[in-house]
Amino acid sequence: MRELLGTGLILLGLPFFIASTLGLLRFPDVYARLHALTKADNVGLGLICIGLAVQASSIAVALKIVLIWGLILLASSTGATLIASSALRHGPAPRRDDEDTHAGR
Amino acid sequence: MSLLFTDIALTSDALFALLGALLVAMSLVSVFTARHLIRRLLAVNILSSAVFLLLVLTARTADGIDPIPHALVLTGIVVSVSTTAVVLALYLRRYRREPPC
Amino acid sequence: MLVVDLLLALAALATAGQCLLLPGLFRAIANLMAFGLVMALIWVRLDAPDVALAEAAIGAGITGALLLTVAGQLPASQHSLQSIGSGLSRRTLAISVLVLFITGLLWIAVVSLPKPGLVNEVTAVLADSGAEHAVTAILLNLRGMDTLLEVAVMLCAVAAIWSLQKAIPPPPLNNHYPGLPTLARWLHPLFLLTFSYFLWQGAHAPGGAFPAGAVLGAGGVLLLLTGSIAWMHQHAYNLLLRWLLAAGLLFFLATALSGFLITGTLYGLPPRFASYFIIAIEVATALSIALMLMTFYLFGRPGTRQ
Repeated sequence: MRELLGTGLILLGLPFFIASTLGLLRFPDVYARLHALTKADNVGLGLICIGLAVQASSIAVALKIVLIWGLILLASSTGATLIASSALRHGPAPRRDDEDTHAGR
Repeated sequence: MSLLFTDIALTSDALFALLGALLVAMSLVSVFTARHLIRRLLAVNILSSAVFLLLVLTARTADGIDPIPHALVLTGIVVSVSTTAVVLALYLRRYRREPPC
Repeated sequence: MLVVDLLLALAALATAGQCLLLPGLFRAIANLMAFGLVMALIWVRLDAPDVALAEAAIGAGITGALLLTVAGQLPASQHSLQSIGSGLSRRTLAISVLVLFITGLLWIAVVSLPKPGLVNEVTAVLADSGAEHAVTAILLNLRGMDTLLEVAVMLCAVAAIWSLQKAIPPPPLNNHYPGLPTLARWLHPLFLLTFSYFLWQGAHAPGGAFPAGAVLGAGGVLLLLTGSIAWMHQHAYNLLLRWLLAAGLLFFLATALSGFLITGTLYGLPPRFASYFIIAIEVATALSIALMLMTFYLFGRPGTRQ
């Protein structure tokens, strides 16, 4: 039962990773790519971590896995803020809506 | 020659040995042909990783995991980061951008 | 599991290839860091968890931080890495053929190498060594001389860097990056916790001085980056810093000498007290590795009077 639940959660998490990787590869500029990465990856990682924690052999192991999730949330949100503010200061300006009609590469 | 090749079964160990040998080759070509010094430094880093990989592969003996290569590789990782740091400090001394005052 | 190994090998080849062949300094460094992470996974697959921990903290973390910082200090003209294939000359071709030949030989040699190993010998003396985990026992007791020399090599590297130039202070952080100092402050207790956990665990499971020192060093580099360790740059603390840097090696030497006085062989630890010796050396080695990794990040001699 636990194994089934865990596998289901992991399978549920995978599409988020695939979607965010697609976004990373296909989105036009750094801001949109960050948006894809930070949002979808965190949900996907959360689902996978919960899926693994459910199957863990002991409470301590499960807590460690959840701690990993929390640390990655902290690091990836700070990293995304740093990349975005650095890009805003030194890199290209964010695309505006009226340019989106020419989207794609 | 054919007798040599019959020993090589398609196992994970053989696969990683091939990976190690290929990484040695790639990084050696880079060490010899790259123009940019930092590229050579990156190549040396990958070369050391490849050598560590080959070393750890020799630790997988019939009796179990031999811990001595693991200890050697741990020491090697720290020595390789020391080398990288010294090279980078030398490089900065030569090429550093003058800080805007 | 062969599929997983195949994917890992392909990922390692791809990241190493992009690091070595494609143009662009930043891209090359980012690929080297990704390569380090893939290698950490490969170490886990090869049953080398100690190496995986050290590789993840040093190979992907600290080496990447050093390289990125240097890249940030370079003028734009130094950022253009040419792709290697652009000047495909006869010389490059000849080198490639030669190296591929060597690769083939190396592969055959490694695969058909006899692997005698010292598993049984190590297991036989493990009980007397003072540590239950074989890698820790080898690093700090059986082959303690190697680790002593390794700490000496690191100290030499620090001396070499200090003799080159003045320390390069981290770029001033301003309000544009508000999250970074907070993250460093929040994470530091966790770095300390992980450090102590690895030290404690090293006696009986993968962990020990090297991963612990690497993790603490990585946390220290983060603090240096945010300018939270001002004392390291001050002249008044320079003498203290020098003594702290040398302390690990001095303590190691003292242990080796006391082993000589007690048992008659240099670095021969008496089995009865070996576990206490190992804990003391482990803490000293881990702290000095962490401090030296942090001083690498200064790229020069700190605390010079202006």
